Amino acid sequence: MRYGETGYYLEIDLSTGNIERVQSDPKTAENFFGGVGSSLKIFWDRTTPETKAFDPENLLIFTNGLLSGTPIFGANRTFVVTISPVSNLICYPTAGGFFAPELKYAGYDKIIFRNKSPELVYIWINNDKVEIRDASHLAGKGAREVQELLKEELNDPKIQVAAIGPAAENGVLFASIEMDKGSASRLGGGAVMGDKKIKAIAVRGTKEVNLADGPAFIKHLEEARTYIIHRNANPLSHRHVEAIHDSLGSPQLMRDAEDKWHTQNFAWGNARYRRKDFWTDEIEESWEKSQEESVRRMISCFNCPSQCGALIMRKDGAPYMAKCFSKISYLFGSGIDDLEWSWKFIERTFDYGLDSYSTPQVMAFAVELRKDGILTEEDFAGTDDYPPCPPPEDKSGVFYWLLDRLVKGEGIGKILGLGTKQASEKIGKGAEAYAHNLIKGVEQMNIKLGMLDPLYFLMFATSEKQSITSIEGNWPQAAFRKYEDREEWIRDWPHVPFERFKQYILDWEPKGDKNAAPYYPTPPIASEIVDWMEENHVNDDSLGFCSGMSGFCFKPPFHCHNYYKFVNAATGLNLDEFEHRRVAHRIRNLHRAFNMRRGMTRADDNPPADHWKFRFPELEEELLTTYYHFKGWTDEGVPTRVRLEELDLGYVADELEEKGILKKVPPPTEEELEEYRKERMYKWGY
Amino acid sequence: MAKIKKIVKRITVDAEKCNGCRTCEVMCSAFHSTPQWSSNSPAKSRVQVVRLPLRDIFLPVFAGEYTPAECGGRISYHIDDRTYDECEFCRAACPSRGRFVEPDSGLPLGCDMCQSDPPLEEPMCVHWCVRDALKYEEREIEVEEQVEIDALETALTAIADKFGWDKMMRTAARLTQKS
Repeated sequence: MRYGETGYYLEIDLSTGNIERVQSDPKTAENFFGGVGSSLKIFWDRTTPETKAFDPENLLIFTNGLLSGTPIFGANRTFVVTISPVSNLICYPTAGGFFAPELKYAGYDKIIFRNKSPELVYIWINNDKVEIRDASHLAGKGAREVQELLKEELNDPKIQVAAIGPAAENGVLFASIEMDKGSASRLGGGAVMGDKKIKAIAVRGTKEVNLADGPAFIKHLEEARTYIIHRNANPLSHRHVEAIHDSLGSPQLMRDAEDKWHTQNFAWGNARYRRKDFWTDEIEESWEKSQEESVRRMISCFNCPSQCGALIMRKDGAPYMAKCFSKISYLFGSGIDDLEWSWKFIERTFDYGLDSYSTPQVMAFAVELRKDGILTEEDFAGTDDYPPCPPPEDKSGVFYWLLDRLVKGEGIGKILGLGTKQASEKIGKGAEAYAHNLIKGVEQMNIKLGMLDPLYFLMFATSEKQSITSIEGNWPQAAFRKYEDREEWIRDWPHVPFERFKQYILDWEPKGDKNAAPYYPTPPIASEIVDWMEENHVNDDSLGFCSGMSGFCFKPPFHCHNYYKFVNAATGLNLDEFEHRRVAHRIRNLHRAFNMRRGMTRADDNPPADHWKFRFPELEEELLTTYYHFKGWTDEGVPTRVRLEELDLGYVADELEEKGILKKVPPPTEEELEEYRKERMYKWGY
Repeated sequence: MAKIKKIVKRITVDAEKCNGCRTCEVMCSAFHSTPQWSSNSPAKSRVQVVRLPLRDIFLPVFAGEYTPAECGGRISYHIDDRTYDECEFCRAACPSRGRFVEPDSGLPLGCDMCQSDPPLEEPMCVHWCVRDALKYEEREIEVEEQVEIDALETALTAIADKFGWDKMMRTAARLTQKS
């Protein structure tokens, strides 16, 4: 019997219809945990640097995390790991909801798809019974509708369904996969699912998830429960953080109508302009009314005490579940001020199955190209199948028109469906300059800020997620003005890995030459902080946590000092805190090596040129180099042999050397190793 | 017969506060696993959240009595603008549906308020519902004192129900003579 995980993968060859239940190697969980960690190992072993997103050899892995389905709060994320058609690097869009634990209760840690189905199919997993079924009756149907249809067809409301909408079927590269109240959205997991012709996966499980030491697990969880109740009753002071960050999870956008912070600080249109005086009394009044009338109930994902999602029930539309940022992202893109419009619009986008970060920016990009004559009125003309695009002043009409063309792959929509970067290359005529808000070819958060922030520079530049979404989190977003506020903050802060981190907060000033941005946190300190936050996210993504319970929140219940306790009690492993951290670093380095093997270079670790108004090229280079060295990487950002060896990834170093990505070096001497060990103790404590 | 005081235990549900997270299912099944806390499976829980989100139905239902027969009625109820199928909030384990039936053995499951020695302050589903959708109540009531029926009497009544009093008496008489 395995503990924590089930010990079985479901391997499905879509071209032959072969289905196998395969026992996994227990060492994989020990070395890479579950979720994204062990999936990376599978990708390292089973793909080549030449494998492209739409090649049959590209795998599509649906995975839960090591702690999914255990009684721990918030370990409910589903990760869809595949090679991205947007960036050509590995991606792992993730979704909350109920799918991942249901998969575990059905007896599987992962579903691994390979090859492509000749016809549109859906997969029905009912414990040990697994079938590939014809899905022709679901073709073209909305992602929300398909979930309901399959529950009815299979006659069990507890079935969990992951489904794509028409966007993914029609090859939109930033298509999402919808699951109950979650969406696996970013970087094109839905597009790969559509390419493999899987319309949906339905899963139902009634088996058990076992714990190695149940009483110890519950004891640790009891401590977390007490803390969560305390935090719910005592949100963080608004003197320290914005109201939108005062609690656990990310319920704010669905809970609160007041949103001066996003609407005035984020950039509207195609991440172009800020509207610093947007939030007025009239807006506040109308948004409050609209939100009150639309949000029927706040809802949770599986086994989670936060309630970040909302059930939207309006008089003039079908009910749906909405999350966080989508409420405002289409408003930003279209430049429309009316929240009522957004509720109606996002209802349609969830059914189409689209990433609500990328989609509004792609459409706003088309609006910009039209305005500047790069796309002409010919591109916006009608045909026998659809009417012409409304004039630019009808912002709503234009957005609806663009959305429909995009999803159906009609006219200019076929090109826009490639995403900003690839569309701009196809359109040419200078359109590339309009694709300005990208890192590694992926649309980023629509923010355009003033002063370079060293922490955010590193997170944006180097995130293996190719997007900053929820990488930042545990560290305050800005320095506190008053010294006593800093003292208060560190008083109740056991989450940091080392005491020295608290001093960094005390020294951090909002303004000044030396101790303020962009020079503080200094490159070495910034590297340490970013490395720690990344580590938390590696844990979330491998253990299966929603980062709303750990990595994304200030002062969360789960953190580097208690992850290992839960892992040990669940799995029977006997890791100490630092061994546990070492596994996280092993995963992170394999991730980096995988992308480097696919051709990623230092030049790709590069935030958009207009991301900050004030840039410091020399400092940025220093930040990057210092961070690379801190991680044990070369100047080019490739993990060194000594770093890989000590993470038991010698085989990765061999391959990187063989491919010429890593320069062949003689093995480290005993003195060099000793030196390295000392440094490692300081950095990570092991 | 004399009146005596008795404690009635009850779990009340505030369906408006339920957010459908199903923690109660996880914790119920973990508490009742053998050994305790060694495993969990929501399908084996004695509380099941009827979660039909797009119909705004979020309703924890606790396992009640086992009923050997399917019920005849299939009535829809309209409560607070929502339509419930009768089955949705029926507490019984019955032959017509899998709810409150152990998925492997088919044996019915019943809520025992997390009976424990020493007794817990509150059942586990209530304890772990940090949103307070579930509340535990104890109420003292006065009831007629009843003679406790012992196990033998229960068994004999069951046999008599099955075979008839005559046949049982005759068999008992014959067995007595033999011994």
